[in-house]
Amino acid sequence: MRTKNFIKYSLIYIILGIGAVFMIFPFFWMIMGGFKTAQEISAFPPLLFPSHFNLDNFKFALDTAPFAKYFVNSVVVTVSSVTLSTMTTILAAFAFSRLEFKGRDALFTLLLALMMVPFEMIVITNYRTIINMGLLNTRVALIIPFTSSIFYTYILRNFFVSIPESFYRSAKIDGCSNWQYLWKVMVPMARPSLVTIILLNSISAWNSFFWPMLVTNTSSARTLPFGLYTFMTEGGARNEYMMAAATIVVLPMMILFLFARKYIVTGVSKGGLKG
Amino acid sequence: MKLNPFKKKAKEPKVEFTKKWEPFVFLLPFAIGVTIFTIYPLFNVILMAFKENFVLLTGKYTSLGFANFEYVMKDRYFIQGMQNTFKYVLVVIPISTCISIVIATLLNNKIKFMPFFQTAYFLPMVTSATAVGLAWKYMFHYQYGVINYLLGLIGIDPIAWLTDVSSNFTALCVYGIWNMLPFTIVLLLSGLQNIDKLYYTAARVDGASSLRIFFRITVPLLLPTIFLTMVVNSISAFKVFHELFPLWSGQPGIAYNLFTVVYYIFYQFRGLTPPKYGRAAASAVILFVVIFIFTRIQIWIQKRFDH
Repeated sequence: MRTKNFIKYSLIYIILGIGAVFMIFPFFWMIMGGFKTAQEISAFPPLLFPSHFNLDNFKFALDTAPFAKYFVNSVVVTVSSVTLSTMTTILAAFAFSRLEFKGRDALFTLLLALMMVPFEMIVITNYRTIINMGLLNTRVALIIPFTSSIFYTYILRNFFVSIPESFYRSAKIDGCSNWQYLWKVMVPMARPSLVTIILLNSISAWNSFFWPMLVTNTSSARTLPFGLYTFMTEGGARNEYMMAAATIVVLPMMILFLFARKYIVTGVSKGGLKG
Repeated sequence: MKLNPFKKKAKEPKVEFTKKWEPFVFLLPFAIGVTIFTIYPLFNVILMAFKENFVLLTGKYTSLGFANFEYVMKDRYFIQGMQNTFKYVLVVIPISTCISIVIATLLNNKIKFMPFFQTAYFLPMVTSATAVGLAWKYMFHYQYGVINYLLGLIGIDPIAWLTDVSSNFTALCVYGIWNMLPFTIVLLLSGLQNIDKLYYTAARVDGASSLRIFFRITVPLLLPTIFLTMVVNSISAFKVFHELFPLWSGQPGIAYNLFTVVYYIFYQFRGLTPPKYGRAAASAVILFVVIFIFTRIQIWIQKRFDH
């Protein structure tokens, strides 16, 4: 029995180990590539490690393309759009779960139906809306389409519904206003759900590529993923620079993942990732 | 189901907790965003699909009709895009689902180094597909790519993954499967954790082997989750598009051979001069119809198995 168990677990570890190497290898290869010299990166057979860990490629990437600017833009866009959409989400989720008004559930069902509208479809009109508003090539253009999210409102509303209504009734009888109840009772209780929403939203905002590609023609408003792409198409295709730049783009999310792994994994399993 | 403990007790006085205007104030900021950037564009795009020779900036068009749809349905790039997209879904979904079932089942054991395995399997969920796509481009390199090196070790001749029309699609699928695995594993793993442990205990008491348990208990009980994951993944695979940018610098394959439905939409309104907005809208409406069908299947599964 014991040897059987030993064989079983060895097999599990071997298969999982091979799979893990397969999954993590592109990251390893990217980071190592960022440190390699021009000769090392095109060596065949490929070198697993560079001979020296010098930062020349990273310096070159930061000097040729405005990655510092892209980074600031990414932070500004992510923080603003996540803050704004979290606010509208909290308010709307509260209205859809606790406040009573005519046609509430019908309206909510209608919104859920809107969730299946692919972003790739409505992007055509949104592009024109941004032009008409005179917002092309601004960071505002990257923020305002994402200030209201039906998807996150749906997740938060489901959590709000699960908070017993008796809390609400007793708070109301004690003279608590809806506004106070929302911020003093509901929001603190919903903290885990809110953290999940904020994390998932930040990840998709940070990695967003399609929309920035449409509305930012100049480097002034570009965020990191699209900035990286233009670095590739405009600056030639030297792999060692490319890998260094890609590492710069990926690193913040890697660090976030290491710290918030459990939240992200349970969040994704409950709600899924959008876009 | 609505839970209202007060409803049944007739004696309880009906209290008005909410002033009439209040819900609308709470909903207003959300409603503005949804109206301008989801509801309005939805109707606008559908209408645009029927406008012939539509010019976006002036809003002028010659007539209303089905000409855009007729054009799109006959356009060889659109037909190619549909074929590629369906082929992509049919290749990527079954393979990634099978791999994910195995990995999720193994991860569901009591094992050591869980933080390491979780990081390895789930990290791609949070990283930019564009950045990692560049790493794949480097790995796919014909002369010094690590993939051709590894294939060479087992005696396979180098493959021109990205620069040969016949291998383009395979490269896209390999990258697509890798991209899809983390999310699929997470969903299946949470499905596995919902299976009652009693089934396993009972099976072990009866002396069933691990493989038998896997095929007779795990897979059948996981089936609703597997279906659901496949449908959700099909919807996202149907929108395959971003993957083309890092691999072929924004071109659909090396020789315009990898059009996908979404790439076609993009191509019509950003790749052509002057842009063809009506045709882009018509193909977007077709995309919407396909996704609508997938979504109905998803809802049907969710209801059927009471997810």
